[in-house]
Amino acid sequence: MQRRRVLPGFGLSLGYVVTYLGLIVLLPLAALAWKASGVGLHQLLQLLSSPRTLAALRLSFGGALVAAVFNAVIGLLVAWVMTRYRFPGRRLLDAFIDLPFALPTAVAGIALTAIYAPNGWLGQWLVPLGIQIAYTPLGVMMAMVFVGFPFVVRTLQPVLEAMDRDVEEAAASLGATRLQTFMRVILPMLMPALLTGFALALARAVGEYGSVIFIAGNIPMHSEIAPLLIVEKLEQVDYAGAAALGVVMLCFSFVLLIVIARLQRWSGRWAERSA
Amino acid sequence: MKATPRVSRPVSWPRLLLHILLILIVVCFMGVFLLLPLATVFVEALRSGVHAFMQAIAQREALSSMRLTLFVAAIAVPLNLIFGVAAAWAMTRFEFRGKALLGTFIDLPFSVSPVISGLLYVLLFGAQGWFGPWLDQHGVRIIFAVPSLVLVTIFITLPFVARELIPLMQAQGSDEEEAARVLGASAWQMFFRVTLPNIRWALLYGVLLCKARAMGEFGAVSVVSGHIRGLTTTMPREVEMRYNEYDYVGAFAVASLLALLALLTLAVKTLLEWRYGDQIAQHTPAGH
Repeated sequence: MQRRRVLPGFGLSLGYVVTYLGLIVLLPLAALAWKASGVGLHQLLQLLSSPRTLAALRLSFGGALVAAVFNAVIGLLVAWVMTRYRFPGRRLLDAFIDLPFALPTAVAGIALTAIYAPNGWLGQWLVPLGIQIAYTPLGVMMAMVFVGFPFVVRTLQPVLEAMDRDVEEAAASLGATRLQTFMRVILPMLMPALLTGFALALARAVGEYGSVIFIAGNIPMHSEIAPLLIVEKLEQVDYAGAAALGVVMLCFSFVLLIVIARLQRWSGRWAERSA
Repeated sequence: MKATPRVSRPVSWPRLLLHILLILIVVCFMGVFLLLPLATVFVEALRSGVHAFMQAIAQREALSSMRLTLFVAAIAVPLNLIFGVAAAWAMTRFEFRGKALLGTFIDLPFSVSPVISGLLYVLLFGAQGWFGPWLDQHGVRIIFAVPSLVLVTIFITLPFVARELIPLMQAQGSDEEEAARVLGASAWQMFFRVTLPNIRWALLYGVLLCKARAMGEFGAVSVVSGHIRGLTTTMPREVEMRYNEYDYVGAFAVASLLALLALLTLAVKTLLEWRYGDQIAQHTPAGH
């Protein structure tokens, strides 16, 4: 570097950060890579192709996908209503959007179970109607919706607030209906943020444990999620099996992390261009 | 040209009905999906009366779980606070190769499932783990003991403060700090008199989120803690144990304390956003 640095502490802060990250994050990751590489590809596939593991992976990924899609739709609606309409209690309700972030997952888990169990608050009315939520895949998805809910709303809100209303008015004055304006003007502008929120909610739901295990009932092949299977394998001291599952889930997280970073850069450019 | 007021634009009847309908859907959804679970916690905790509630939280196990939860947070939060400030300083004040990669690694714990975080540490320190045999020989216990709880909590909450500070310090720039240096301030003088006052509200905000997460963590803690009651049981684990023993009032009593903590966190967070919104960076929400 040509110019002498005026600001101090480069070596100290970077050195500290790299050491800390190395010890807390990289070293444990290396341990997983080491354990998984000791397993071997053939055995890895064998571990992963047991029917019970496949069922758990299908529920974790499939359920998370359904929950994230649901959250994208309801999150768009909530963000829209919160930024566009004024009604009594709006600010209070807005503060409660973050409740799933603040409430410990185990607390959410037992509360959801108390509500949807067959003798629970809502369960006692829903079960006679044939809607069983607790101890089924539906219950798993319910918990995943709960923990993923704030992501879409909180990524959309700033974009909606910053959005210039001129474009909408221009569309309207050019003869577009409200629906056309929404589908062709507003939705494309929201798309990067919407996809970011969707991906964040998906990532969260796939790995979720605390809020799911109580309401899931954890019936193998039916309502058992992949993270729980990891816990069970660890309890049986089957480190290789746990590591194999862990690697699959971690790879998925990495891919999503990269996708999210790309999406955020895209929405950043988007915001600059429309600003 | 006169600016047109936005809110008071006349709204046609069908449009107004649509607005009301959408608002109702949102209120009903949030009522059933967010507020009902919260209310359930308190109602179930007080189901058998205030006396039973008080008894449930005054039990020895409950008190020791509270102590442990506070102890773990008291170590993890300050460490991640220092890390966050150092990371934000390095990331926003200097250019270096590999900066983007460093940012990715700082964010990483957010996208890892809590159970995987626990698994990572078991593979590192567990009986069949990397350091397991060595630790065993020297009589050091990490897994199924308090050190592992602290370690996973540090891992899980690592990004909170850094993520809060980086966008803010990026936006603030370094002009004031450079001026302080040119005028002869020492490095620490500059830090304590210029940098810290500029970031204090965002710092508080990050610590708040970090603390809430540290005290509520469940998945990672249940993987590494074993089932040693009274020794490695944090409050969320105490909730689980009581629930699995069909002690519902006891489980919800401890859960209600955690829910109160969550409400307090939300209240302070909202207050900070209202009062110091301009001094807290705009950012996307965090992962796990």
